Amino acid sequence: MSLLDVKDLSVSFGRHRTRVLDHACLSLEPGQRLGFVGASGSGKTVLASAIMGLLPENAHVEGSIVFQGQELTALTDRVFSAIRGRNLSMVFQEPMTALDPTMKVGRQAAELIGLHRETSTMATRQRVEQIFDRVGLDHASRIADAYPHELSGGQRQRVVIAMALMNNPAMVICDEPTTALDATVQAKVLSLLDEELAGVNAACLFISHDLGLVSRICTDVAVIHAGKIVERGSAAQVFMNPQHPYTAGLVATASIDAVEPGTRLPVIEDFFDPRQEQ
Amino acid sequence: MTAYSLDHVTMAFGGRRRKVTALESLTLHIGEHERWGIVGESGSGKTSLLKILAGLIRPTSGVVHFLGRDLDHANREAMASLRASVQMVFQDPRSSLNPRMRISEIISEPLRSPLLKGRVDVPTNPETRVSEVLDAVGLPPDAATRFPHEFSGGQRQRIALARALAPRPRILLADEPVSSLDVSVRAHVLNLLNSLVDSMGLTLIMVTHDLAVVRHTCDHVGVLQQGILVESGKVLEVMNHPKQEYTQELLNAVPRIKESG
Ligand SMILES: Nc1ncnc2c1ncn2[C@@H]1O[C@H](COP(=O)(O)OP(=O)(O)OP(=O)(O)O)[C@@H](O)[C@H]1O
Ligand SMILES: Nc1ncnc2c1ncn2[C@@H]1O[C@H](COP(=O)(O)OP(=O)(O)OP(=O)(O)O)[C@@H](O)[C@H]1O
Ligand SMILES: [Mg+2]
Ligand SMILES: [Mg+2]
Repeated sequence: MSLLDVKDLSVSFGRHRTRVLDHACLSLEPGQRLGFVGASGSGKTVLASAIMGLLPENAHVEGSIVFQGQELTALTDRVFSAIRGRNLSMVFQEPMTALDPTMKVGRQAAELIGLHRETSTMATRQRVEQIFDRVGLDHASRIADAYPHELSGGQRQRVVIAMALMNNPAMVICDEPTTALDATVQAKVLSLLDEELAGVNAACLFISHDLGLVSRICTDVAVIHAGKIVERGSAAQVFMNPQHPYTAGLVATASIDAVEPGTRLPVIEDFFDPRQEQ
Repeated sequence: MTAYSLDHVTMAFGGRRRKVTALESLTLHIGEHERWGIVGESGSGKTSLLKILAGLIRPTSGVVHFLGRDLDHANREAMASLRASVQMVFQDPRSSLNPRMRISEIISEPLRSPLLKGRVDVPTNPETRVSEVLDAVGLPPDAATRFPHEFSGGQRQRIALARALAPRPRILLADEPVSSLDVSVRAHVLNLLNSLVDSMGLTLIMVTHDLAVVRHTCDHVGVLQQGILVESGKVLEVMNHPKQEYTQELLNAVPRIKESG
């Protein structure tokens, strides 16, 4: 049995009911890492939020999401919040989504442990500083005592990553987890993610627009275009021999190094006309 | 003319017990119409520098000149001229967009600033300008009537950029403006910024962690490390002959698509 099985998941919002996710199917085995790529606005975060049970109330959801044998779409908020943060956790695209601006970040992380396990305050604080340290935050104790607004963008992002890994989840959803990190810190955070995931055989749904990153972390890739999953396969297969014209455009526009500085960069429409798609 | 001239600028946060020096004795000159990329590791002081340039925080010590005027917060003339010609795009679009305002109001807000009165190049019809800039960043016209939470992360980032561009600023300060954009949209936005620099003589100061973006869009680069400007100058010189080990490290660490498996 798969760890996660998403079947024919469709999501629409509000009165107009335009589908932003259209019959998406996706499955993940324990320990498997799936890269999830697609253009801005294609539905990546909506899919992630649906799995996490965090869509806003005006969202209309059809289809099924089975995680560890349990149907998630039918769960009440109370049951869901027991799963969230323990078996299933998420690193949000915008770190402030997950942080309370009025509480020191060390305390927020500690509450997350306390929520799911019985531990003493001393041990908790130690564990918080330890994991902050491991995501490359120097001065872990200063960081723990800071409010979110007193941290830089990348520090906040790493606090959120640390919090997502805190309870050894069976699956982590990472939504653009390293967008604000420079290449050296990014490398550090990714190898930590790699280690932590491997250590507990956790699965990962890794959302990123950076194909280079995805090819480094993930064994498999799914491509989403305008709410539809258009391609899925091993990372090597998808990147080296893309089947869908959208994927081919994505790969062709990926490296801006190849373009003469200051000249026009190629855009995906140069390779693929979205209107030709039905 | 120099747009900004910084002389031994230091920025420290916090009290005596937990003092953080975000910037240390930074000296830097930025000419008009130049395109600067500011790079450096997380926590190295990039956002703090941009906030100083935007007049949002004042340095603990040191002097900042803006278009030749001393940018002391008591100098109301200098502050007014700064507010009238500089726009900033913040690193976290979620917290910089007012959740209760429609996109059209958010984007046209800077146009209504009293400081812009009398500037001839400021667009007069807000409605037209809103659709112009939405189109420029690749968002549909009907986005104008919606609220920030109805958009994706990358869409919000573009809304923030559209807002900053609306009043045709002379100087654009942008904190990771393309970090959460996929390659194709990123290409659109960078093409747009390049054309604005060429056609309107925009001065661009952009924080980014992406050296490929710097190489493509900027003519100058400054490298920050733990609050110290360790390297600055013409992009090609710095990138082809990095003097600092850290710059070299940054250059090496850029991820590329793996050729196999
Ligand atoms: N609450 C909402 N109400 C209405 N529309 C929404 C809502 N949330 C998302 N959308 C729309 O759904 C589409 C998919 O959004 P989603 O956030 O999943 O994109 P994404 O693939 O994560 O893009 P990005 O890479 O820019 O973050 C977008 O067009 C967005 O405008
Ligand atoms: N208001 C504040 N109070 C206390 N410390 C602060 C405050 N703002 C920033 N700092 C600290 O100053 C240092 C520099 O922060 P800054 O936001 O300038 O970094 P940055 O280079 O933009 O990093 P990133 O790439 O992660 O966004 C960090 O160590 C940060 O924790
Ligand atoms: Mg998203
Ligand atoms: Mg920053």
